[in-house]
Amino acid sequence: MAKTIAEINKKIKKGEAVVVTAEEIIDIVEEKGVKKASQEVDVVTTATFGPMCSSGAYFNIGHSKPRIKLEKVYLNEVPAYTGFAAVDILIGATSLPEDDPRNRVHPGDFAYGGGHLIEDLVAGKDIKLVATSYGTDCYPRKNLETWINIKDLNEAVLFNPRNAYQNYPVAVNLSDKVIYTYMGTLQPKLGNANYSSAGQLSPLFNDPYYKTIGIGTRIFLGGGIGYLVWQGTQHNPGVARTKGGIPRSSAGTIAVMGDLKKMSPEWLRGTSLRGYGASLTVGIGIPIPILNEETLQYTAVKDKEIYTQIVDYNKTYPEGGSESLGEVNYAQLKSGKITFQGKEVPTASLSSYAKARKIAAILKDWIKKGEFLLTEAVKLLPSADSGVTFKPLKERPIR
Amino acid sequence: MAKQRLVLTFPHKVVEEPITYHLIKDYDLVVNILRAKISPQEEGRLMIEIEGEKNALNKGIGYLKRLGVRTQPLAQDIRWLETRCTHCTLCVPLCPTGAILVDRDKMEVSFDKDKCIACGACIPVCPYKAIEILF
Ligand code: SF4
Ligand code: SF4
Repeated sequence: MAKTIAEINKKIKKGEAVVVTAEEIIDIVEEKGVKKASQEVDVVTTATFGPMCSSGAYFNIGHSKPRIKLEKVYLNEVPAYTGFAAVDILIGATSLPEDDPRNRVHPGDFAYGGGHLIEDLVAGKDIKLVATSYGTDCYPRKNLETWINIKDLNEAVLFNPRNAYQNYPVAVNLSDKVIYTYMGTLQPKLGNANYSSAGQLSPLFNDPYYKTIGIGTRIFLGGGIGYLVWQGTQHNPGVARTKGGIPRSSAGTIAVMGDLKKMSPEWLRGTSLRGYGASLTVGIGIPIPILNEETLQYTAVKDKEIYTQIVDYNKTYPEGGSESLGEVNYAQLKSGKITFQGKEVPTASLSSYAKARKIAAILKDWIKKGEFLLTEAVKLLPSADSGVTFKPLKERPIR
Repeated sequence: MAKQRLVLTFPHKVVEEPITYHLIKDYDLVVNILRAKISPQEEGRLMIEIEGEKNALNKGIGYLKRLGVRTQPLAQDIRWLETRCTHCTLCVPLCPTGAILVDRDKMEVSFDKDKCIACGACIPVCPYKAIEILF
């Protein structure tokens, strides 16, 4: 019999809901079958923890006396965006201090950027704000230098336009020199193969057609509570899928937001990718309500049923291509080595499976304790048949 | 007198070469082997402390380089900061000695200090600065 989210929430409030993680459900289904499991289980928790560059935060610092209309703002030297009203500031995860040497001595270290700033802010550290402006009759001030702290900000909101990619390529390097990419350092001649997904624990693999996930879905975000607010930029649900509905390459993405003040630096980590830049590693957990056999069946997906494409990050990727060199599954990737083109290639991950597992357990705990109720999506994410695609840029030279 | 602690990495063909003998006999250096590791699949690795007259020391190192031996200064200590480590495994393939271990069931990383030759290869790769080197 099908369940509704309202019914599941009633059970959660009474402390009677059966909640398991996306790992635990695999054995349960193997043991009891889909039908029985779908009757018994109410919620499956999924999670991921990895670098997600399309992340940021906005906040309001309050008005100084006299007032200033912020124009150029640096937070711990990291430039922020101020093209809003007077004292609203946006900071992106990859923003870099102007005097950061970048790749002038290649590969650069990128020791501190927007992601690190967000981690420091969330950790409650004082942040140095240096601002200038042009002055107006109503906002006369032209300079401001002050310490700010998250506890004094009016609103501090994590806002990530694209997170939790449903699948990601495996990066390799076919050239004979080392390359430094956002997928990590890639040794020459297939020296290593780097991937970035929590596989069977990853949220969108457990609801591959977005039958429960959509705008308004309440989630674990950065250690606090957040909401899914839109499909992520580059949402691309129409890619080729396996029989089980799992995309064989990068597909769905989500945009999320939540109260930064309630988050924790354990689940929002400043990230330095050598030779590439700064980023933010984000922890996300999404509960999947088990409404029927179909939603349960999807959550039982295993690493060995999830395939992804191997892509050369020396030539193919930089030139704008995405041609696959071959396919592997996440069970193979997680074993520590894959055999590819007759060679045994060690694998490494950017996202942390251990941390994803911990997030799924925390979310499970919150729900079991009745502290976290599920929400009905206001609108589900555009699915495989929506016609939504991710298009390359059509360049039109300006003459 | 000058003293240097070095990590020597040498290719297969040099493994048979009596390097320490030559350093002692031909360059009049005091050689103290701290750790050695030569396995059939890998390159040879030797951690040594050499001491001698400054000129002789430089010549000795020049001799090693001519042989194709890579020399790196030896750090005193490598520290793995467990609380900073996210267990991502990104650094694992870059470790030449398998000092960074992965429990594949738990997908958790641990650090075996005895296997670490303090080459430093893992340090710049870690996105979270979870490995530190102390000279
Ligand atoms: S310094 Fe790092 S890469 Fe080098 S041996 Fe030790 S653990 Fe391995
Ligand atoms: S790269 Fe850093 S965070 Fe990842 S496993 Fe190695 S030490 Fe831990």
